Amino acid sequence: MPKNKDIKKVLVIGSGPIVIGQAAEFDYAGTQACRSLKEEGVEVVLVNSNPATIMTDKEIADEVYIEPLTASVLEQIILKEKPDSVLPTLGGQAGLNLGMELAESGFLEKHNVKLIGTTAETIFKAEDRQAFKDTMEKIGEPCAASQVVHNVEDGIKFTNTIGYPVVLRPAYTLGGSGGGIAHNEQELIDILTNGLRLSRVGEVLVERCIAGWKEIEYEVMRDANGNCITVCNMENIDPVGVHTGDSIVVAPSQTLGDKEYQMLRTSALNIISELNITGGCNVQYALKPDSFEYCVIEVNPRVSRSSALASKATGYPIAKVAAKIALGYTLDEIKNAITGKTYASFEPMLDYCVVKIPRLPFDKFITAKRTLTTQMKATGEVMSICNNFEGALMKAIRSLEQHVDSLMAYDFDKLTDKELEDELKIVDDRRIFCIAEALRRGISYEHIHEITQIDLWFIDKLAIIVEMEQALKTQELTVDLLKEAKRIEFPDKVIAELTGKTEDEIKQMRYANGITAVYKMVDTCAAEFKAATPYYYSVFGGENEAAETNPQKKVLVLGSGPIRIGQGIEFDYCSVHSTWAFKKEGFETIIINNNPETVSTDFDIADKLYFEPLTPEDVESIVNIEKPDGAVVQFGGQTAIKLTESLMKMGVKIYGTKAEDVDAAEDRELFDQILEQTKIPRAAGGTVFTAEEAKEVANRLGYPVLVRPSYVLGGQGMKIAYNDDEIEEFIDIINRIAQDHPILVDKYLQGKEIEVDAVCDGTDILIPGIMEHIERTGVHSGDSISVYPAPTISKEVKETLVEYTKRLAQALHVIGLINIQFIVMDGEVYVIEVNPRSSRTVPYISKVTGIPIVDLATKVIIGNTLKGMGYPTGLAPEADYIAIKMPVFSFEKLRGAEISLGPEMKSTGECLGIAKNFDEALYKAFLGAGVTLPKYKQMIMTVKDADKPEAVGVAKRFAALGYKIYATRSTAKYLQEHGVDALRVNKITQESPNVMDLILGHKIDLVIDTPTQGNGDKSRDGFLIRRNAIETGVYCITAMDTANALARSLETTNKTLTPVDIATVKNI
Amino acid sequence: MKAFLILEDGNVFEGSSIGAEREVISEIVFNTSMTGYLEVLTDPSYAGQAVVMTYPLIGNYGITPDMESKRPWPDGYIVRELSRMPSNFRCEGSIQDFLKKYDIPGIAGIDTRALTKILREKGTMNGMITTDENYNIEEIIPRLQAYTTGNVVDKVTCDTVRVLEGKGKKVALLDLGAKNNIAQSLNKRGCQVTIYPAHTPAEEILAAKPDGIMLSNGPGDPKECTAIIEEIKKLYASDTPIFAICLGHQLMALANGADTHKMKYGHRGGNHPVKDLKTGRVYISSQNHGYVVDTDTLDEKIAKPAFVNVNDGTNEGLEYVGKNIFTVQFHPEACPGPQDSAYLFDRFIEMMGGIK
Repeated sequence: MPKNKDIKKVLVIGSGPIVIGQAAEFDYAGTQACRSLKEEGVEVVLVNSNPATIMTDKEIADEVYIEPLTASVLEQIILKEKPDSVLPTLGGQAGLNLGMELAESGFLEKHNVKLIGTTAETIFKAEDRQAFKDTMEKIGEPCAASQVVHNVEDGIKFTNTIGYPVVLRPAYTLGGSGGGIAHNEQELIDILTNGLRLSRVGEVLVERCIAGWKEIEYEVMRDANGNCITVCNMENIDPVGVHTGDSIVVAPSQTLGDKEYQMLRTSALNIISELNITGGCNVQYALKPDSFEYCVIEVNPRVSRSSALASKATGYPIAKVAAKIALGYTLDEIKNAITGKTYASFEPMLDYCVVKIPRLPFDKFITAKRTLTTQMKATGEVMSICNNFEGALMKAIRSLEQHVDSLMAYDFDKLTDKELEDELKIVDDRRIFCIAEALRRGISYEHIHEITQIDLWFIDKLAIIVEMEQALKTQELTVDLLKEAKRIEFPDKVIAELTGKTEDEIKQMRYANGITAVYKMVDTCAAEFKAATPYYYSVFGGENEAAETNPQKKVLVLGSGPIRIGQGIEFDYCSVHSTWAFKKEGFETIIINNNPETVSTDFDIADKLYFEPLTPEDVESIVNIEKPDGAVVQFGGQTAIKLTESLMKMGVKIYGTKAEDVDAAEDRELFDQILEQTKIPRAAGGTVFTAEEAKEVANRLGYPVLVRPSYVLGGQGMKIAYNDDEIEEFIDIINRIAQDHPILVDKYLQGKEIEVDAVCDGTDILIPGIMEHIERTGVHSGDSISVYPAPTISKEVKETLVEYTKRLAQALHVIGLINIQFIVMDGEVYVIEVNPRSSRTVPYISKVTGIPIVDLATKVIIGNTLKGMGYPTGLAPEADYIAIKMPVFSFEKLRGAEISLGPEMKSTGECLGIAKNFDEALYKAFLGAGVTLPKYKQMIMTVKDADKPEAVGVAKRFAALGYKIYATRSTAKYLQEHGVDALRVNKITQESPNVMDLILGHKIDLVIDTPTQGNGDKSRDGFLIRRNAIETGVYCITAMDTANALARSLETTNKTLTPVDIATVKNI
Repeated sequence: MKAFLILEDGNVFEGSSIGAEREVISEIVFNTSMTGYLEVLTDPSYAGQAVVMTYPLIGNYGITPDMESKRPWPDGYIVRELSRMPSNFRCEGSIQDFLKKYDIPGIAGIDTRALTKILREKGTMNGMITTDENYNIEEIIPRLQAYTTGNVVDKVTCDTVRVLEGKGKKVALLDLGAKNNIAQSLNKRGCQVTIYPAHTPAEEILAAKPDGIMLSNGPGDPKECTAIIEEIKKLYASDTPIFAICLGHQLMALANGADTHKMKYGHRGGNHPVKDLKTGRVYISSQNHGYVVDTDTLDEKIAKPAFVNVNDGTNEGLEYVGKNIFTVQFHPEACPGPQDSAYLFDRFIEMMGGIK
């Protein structure tokens, strides 16, 4: 069936801010699909509230709306743009829900707009628990015994008929929010209550627990002609019970025979056919390990995290093909872009093994529960490819960048046998390391399997790695042993540690014996056809396929690895744009990255893609083959920056700002010299290594002080200390992470925080815009609400900011991007920190100013000047609208995580509000972040003493909005004394009804709780209030500035929002 | 122990010996299936060939009851890595022991991808697996060049007639090297299946008055099967409904004056898209063939293409004009591979007059 000619203009719905369970994979899928649509001459209107994405670039779509993802906003955009179709399957669950809402309300039909890619009926059948169960029953596909319940009583009743444990799955939530396994009635009541609240439709599925079964997934495609294929199947190493997003996953399945494989494949095709899906679909199965019995767990009738993984694992571009199918093409009409010869109607055959490991945020949330359950907790993931499982696993482990590069980690060797066995029972992100230690101690495979339910095949593979550790420790390092260790991807560093040699000795021994990495191609067809796309992975042994190329100029772009808090999708945006800019300038581009969710690892972004860990050794192997003219590190976040020194040792030229200048910005003493020389003030401070030194400095400066490690991103480990005890505590935490660099202790100044990104060509600078934070200093810049253009600072201060930026950029010899954070206090400007590289705000400021700064930075890096390119210098003219970036958090996914904002970043994503005036922009930003208040107009305030004066103003504003204000004793007293009609409520520890009863009683829609420092009872109470608020879906604010901003947004009387087409924004 | 794979073009791969340690010369072909190594090993169509598995991890679930015939047939087995620890609830043993038991030599630890690329670029060629470190390549290459698979159907067909009882249609299955699941697929649908050795005279088959005749898959060059082709001509003339798979499909075409030719490197794997020319539907099929019917040589008054390969446009099936005969190049019986075209067995049963 050829293309449907009636489809000329399509509205694509994006997935919104990055949250746990809905991350960069949708930017990858959306970007690929938009390009695929445009390739067909279709006009693309894009709506996504997330400004950090590539899909919201004007190069990707024709009209771009970075607007809140709500049905009413979408309706307005549809009325304005008049698309003929809406494509909802690329924006994750958020996109699908919106598409469904628009269809259900009759809006689409009324305005003659078609839903393409899926139908409302399909979404309903796949997403509605009962409808799905009925559909599966109709075609004889087994589901675990289950019942949909709308209240706790029914849940208990049903569970009593099937027995504990049961799995609880709320309908229409993403990443399994609110789900869990209940082993007894109390757990059932807890989880079910929470799940019912989180579900969009107040519906939870109570299901027979199939924990311990093999979890298998199939990625399936279908076209309107009924042609079906499976792209890939995947096996979770962690059996059912751990969310697939948190599981270690291998592709293809390893422990399934052809009978099991085909049984599930046929089932998946039957399901996609019955659901009448046109496009991509993911089917998850539980397979009983000792029989052919299986259950369908769930179906996602859209692209997903798994489909992104499957695309990267096989080379089959699922989103691109899904977009073509939405336009009416059939699979046999769509070319396989990898081979250029065959068609999309085939099934990829792998001749390698792929391992995915989730990146969990427990390094950021040290109080959060590490246990993995059916509710996803990972913020990102890494993927690796090798021709053996052990090698793929070893590569994936070091790709995580968690200071771990073997199975010897996390101090399990220090446990007694009894403790180790107890530890084995814990299902968390360290489980494979624990199993490795168990194997070292000779605990039998069977016993480990009995406890973990992990298949013996995988346990044996871990044993092979453990045996190699042992061999390296005890045997002479022969060439054969070294070869074998490299075959299973032991890094030189680990071999050196185990053999007592130096890393360099190992490298020399390898080189002397020709043991070097070779590169194989991901070609979708196991070499059956010649492939046209240079997408490589490394193995040791065999023929090298990485074609030698000798272009005029060749550049290596280092990616940013897995998405984690503090290093998110923004850096992928920068890497991709830099790659495109280099391409335009005639360079051959090479990307190295290991994140399967991102655009940068799409096979057609760079000229060559190496899907590899970003460690010095892995990069050097590529450098040896490619011999690039230079590398660019300033766009790949801290991951890339950290490789600078190694690259220089390899003899690779660093394009842009020099390594020593990057050091000068990070090194306290060098930087102090620069500040002195440029006459720029900063908060007084000192450099320390130990807690004793830190206390000495802190006492000299006077508390409070800011404590932070150097060379980190996202303020990792950064804290405000108010006394010596806290210094002890924080330094201890910092030193738990391997710390080669000194710790900085600075006087904490509380003022306005200002952020600037600039392009510098060595002489001139261009600042696209100055951003001002709503929260005063002390809240990490990534967690602050950021406003462009800066609304409250004077012209003089702006001039000072521009001047300081220029001086710093020049003094640091910046060629490319620089990001500076300032404090403005009493009209004085102080510098907080300088990062001579791209930053989190680059995509946002590029979009709202229309100035493509990554593009400009790249051109500057290769020798162009700003003036030469016709750009003005200094501060670009300010826009005549306001753009507000709002952080978005995923606290509800992380049981036990501290939610109060501070100098360490905690948000997972962001959204944008853009409008002609501040109030509308602010309202849009809150709306985009999912803050839809008021609901009950009842709130709780409990603030620390220092905040009480300000709390009065805040309380008055909310009271004027009609809010009933509850407050704990001292806050209530203070408010009452200052004319606020606050109702006193008991503290948690006091008798009911207390604060907790109010929160759990669903009567509250807002909590304002500013945390007390320290470890006393008071702070523990606060922690409990905040956690309970978050877990019951109550919006919780921990800074007075945020509270004022929210009040202002709610005071906005005009709720008609005007969508702004970002693609038309141009300030210069 | 070290082992070597020496190719006709002079390429040598060094690996380690698996299975029997004897030397073997054979035609080298590759299969891209990611699961189903046991079904591949026991598919009689591999007789006369050594098979390279492109998927690098083989033997993960060991030896299960999923044999497609009574024994493994390839002359040699070439893999990247054999799993040292098979794991599956039905696992009865390791592939290492299985290869030894059936005296099949093999080689592991070689760059199977590099080997596959050679076969893809230069076409299927002959090779030797040996454990002799002092091999003399000058002496070996002429021997490799001289090797032909010969008439291997005789080697793999059954000796005696066998019946799978059923209450439905009576099907005569001509065993040219049949995979078990062909008979099973019919038997499961109620058919009584009588399995005949390859050289059974047509008269004997027809005398039993079957409702339909099934021609199976099998190994080797179809043109070597001259005597069988003569018998198939008689079956064609009998007006009995006929369904044929793979070699059976080629022999029916040869019996009707068409020609077959050897493909560069054939189709072996479980991901081949075939298009039903009547409906436009594409099915993913299991395939194992090195020869193909040359559609240009086909008299369109006798037979018309019914299926075509989406990748390379080669013929994948024929429908015989005015006859109750259809034949396919691919394997609707799957095992290993996708079950998408199993509906063809239902079609055959309908052709025989439906389910009794």
